[in-house]
Amino acid sequence: MLYREAGQFKTTYAEDMAIFPIRQDRIALATLLGIAFIGVPLLATFHIWPFGSDYLLRAILLPFLILALAAIGVNILVGYCGQISLGSGAFMAIGAYSAYKLGTGVHIPLAWLGFAISIPPLPVLSSILLGGLTAAAAGILFGVPSLRIKGLYLAVATLAAQFFFDWVFLRVSWFTNYAPSGSVNAPTLNFFGLVLDTPIERYLLCLTFVTVFAVLAKNLVRGNLGRQWMAIRDMDIAAELIGIRPLNAKLTAFAVSSFIIGVAGALWAFVYLGSWEPLAFSIDRSLQLLFMVIIGGLGSIMGSFLGAAFILILPIVLNLIPTQLGVPLSTETITHLEFIIFGSLICYLLIKEPQGFARLISLGKEKLRLWPFPY
Amino acid sequence: MIALGQFLEVLIGGLMSGVLYSLVALGFVLIFKASGVFNFAQGAMVLLAGLALVRSLDLLVANGFPLWAAIIFGIGFAVVIMAITAWLIERFAIGPLVNQDALTLFMSTIGVTFILEGASQMIFGSDAYPLRLFPTDAWFLFESHFPGGILVNKLDIWGGFIAGILVAGLAIFFQRTKTGRALRAVADDHLAAQSVGIPISWIWFVVWLVAGLVALVAATVWGTKLGVQFSITFLALKALPVLIIGGFTSVPGAIVGGLMVGAGEKIAEVFLGPYMGGGIEYWFAYVLALAVLLVRPQGLFGEPIIERI
Repeated sequence: MLYREAGQFKTTYAEDMAIFPIRQDRIALATLLGIAFIGVPLLATFHIWPFGSDYLLRAILLPFLILALAAIGVNILVGYCGQISLGSGAFMAIGAYSAYKLGTGVHIPLAWLGFAISIPPLPVLSSILLGGLTAAAAGILFGVPSLRIKGLYLAVATLAAQFFFDWVFLRVSWFTNYAPSGSVNAPTLNFFGLVLDTPIERYLLCLTFVTVFAVLAKNLVRGNLGRQWMAIRDMDIAAELIGIRPLNAKLTAFAVSSFIIGVAGALWAFVYLGSWEPLAFSIDRSLQLLFMVIIGGLGSIMGSFLGAAFILILPIVLNLIPTQLGVPLSTETITHLEFIIFGSLICYLLIKEPQGFARLISLGKEKLRLWPFPY
Repeated sequence: MIALGQFLEVLIGGLMSGVLYSLVALGFVLIFKASGVFNFAQGAMVLLAGLALVRSLDLLVANGFPLWAAIIFGIGFAVVIMAITAWLIERFAIGPLVNQDALTLFMSTIGVTFILEGASQMIFGSDAYPLRLFPTDAWFLFESHFPGGILVNKLDIWGGFIAGILVAGLAIFFQRTKTGRALRAVADDHLAAQSVGIPISWIWFVVWLVAGLVALVAATVWGTKLGVQFSITFLALKALPVLIIGGFTSVPGAIVGGLMVGAGEKIAEVFLGPYMGGGIEYWFAYVLALAVLLVRPQGLFGEPIIERI
C-alpha cells in the first residue's frame, strides 16, 4: 500500500533516468539524511537519549561512517569490478600517511642534485583529498598485475601491497616525521578557519564526506564507467570482445576505489584516531572491510553501509550480552566466544544469503509492493 | 666480502624454514586440488592440531604415563580432533556452498578460521605451550673447511626428513590407492566423478582430513621450533606466496616454492636487509610472488589457465 509506484508517471527522459525513480525512495532517503544531518546533532547537543554521553557519537557513529566510506571504495573494486583485494588496509594507510605528510609539510632532500623539494603544510581539506589521490596512484600501480592475473591470485598480489606498506610506514621514519615511537599525531582539524574538535562537528564532517562520496559513487556505477566495470566483472573476455578496454576499466576501478579508501583512511586517522601507528591499518582491517562488503552485498552502495554497521556493531553487542545476562565470563573467554560467534555468523550468512543484506532489502521491497496481498 | 661459510649457513637455514612453509602450503594445495576451495583456515588448523597434541601430551605425562605412550595417545587424540573438525567443516561450512563461486567459498573458510581460532583457544587454552618432540640442539658441519663451521639446527634436519616422508606418503596415496584415484577424479571434474559413482561429500571429508593431518605434522615441527601459540596462524599468510610461486595445483610446486621463499627471504634479510633498514623478511616473499605472477601467472608448476567463453 505504502510502497507502490502506481500513478508515478515519468514524462521526461530525465525523470526516467533519475537516480531514485520511485517517490517513496526519495522520501525515505530525505528523511534519513534529515535525521542524520539535523536530528542527530540536535539530540546530541541537548544530550537527549540515546545521546546522553558522547559514546554513541564518538565510538559508534564516527567509525561507522568512515568505515562505510572505505567499504564503498572496496565495493567499487570487489563488488562492481570483481577484482578481489586484500590490500584495502594498505590503501587506507597510504591515504592517512600522505595526508599527514602533506598536512605537516613535505621536505625531500635531494642531496645529489644539490637542492631540496619543500612543500609548506597544506590546509587539512586539501591534504585529505591529496592523500586520497596518492592512494589512487598507488592503487593504479598495484592494479597493474590485475591485467594479467585475476581471482584469488590477484588477492595474493594485493596482499603484497598490504605487507609492503605495513613495513614502509613502520620502518621508513621519513613518513612519520622521525617520531621516535613511530606513532604520529594528526594536525588540528582546521577547515577554512573553523576548528573542529567536538564530536558533533567531527561527526558532521564525516557525514558530509560520506554523503558526497556515496552520491558520487552511486552515480558513477550507474554510468558508462560503472557498466564497463560490471561487464569486466561478469566475464572479462566477453567484455573485451564487445569493445571494453580491460586496461581502462580495471585501472579506473583501482584508482577510484583506492581514492575513496585513501580519503577514508585519512579521515580515520585525522578525525577518529587522532594519533595512530601503522598497526591501525593492518591486514585485519583489510579483512574487516572485505567482510563488510560481502555481508552487506557485493555490488551495492547501500550494502556497504549495512555491512559496515553489522560488522561494527556485532562485537559490541556480543560484548554486552554476557554482562547483561549476568553470566560471569573472563574477558579471554568472551574474546574467544566472539571469534566463534563471528565466524559462525559469517558462515551462516554466506550459506543463507550469499548476496548479502542488500538482497534482503530488495526482496523486502518486492514484498512491500504487493502487500497486503501475497502475489 | 661475504664469506662463503656464512652464505651457506644462511642458505641452509633458509631452505630448512622453507620446508616448514612447504608443509603448510601442502595443506592448501591438497584442498584446492580436490575441491577448488582456497582454504584460508589452514593456519588455524595447524594451531588446532598443535594445541590438541601439546595439551593432551602434557595431561598424559602429568598423569604418569610413560613418554612413548603419551606420544602415541596424544597423536591419536589430535588425529581424532582433526577428523571431527574435517567432518564439521564439510558438513556445515563447505558442503552447503557447492556450486557457489570461489570468492564465497574463500570467505566461508575465513569464517571457519575465526571459529577454529576461537574454539581451539577456548578449549585448549591460549598460552604458548612448548612442544619437545624433536632435538633442537645445533650441529656444526664442515668445521675443517670453514672457520667455525656451518651451524645447522637438528630440528631443521628432522623437519626436512619428515616433509620428505610426508610427500612420499601423499604421492603413494594419490597414485596407488582407490581413494586417492577418486580424489584425483573429483579434482578433474566434480560432475563426471559423481556420475561414475564417487561420493563427493565423502571425498571432501577425506581431503579435509588429509589437510588436517598435514596440519598436524606442520604443527609438530613448528611447535617444536616456536612453541604452540596463536602466532602460528600467521604461517597461513606466509604460505600464500609459496602457493603463488609454486602454482595452486602442484604438490612439487608447494615444495619448491617453499624452499625458494625460505631461502630467498633469509638471504635477502641477511645480505640486503642492513641497507634497507631491516625487517624485509616481512614482505620479501610477497613481492617475490608478485614478480613471479607478472612473468608466469599460473606459477612455476601450475597448469596453464585456459579460459573459454
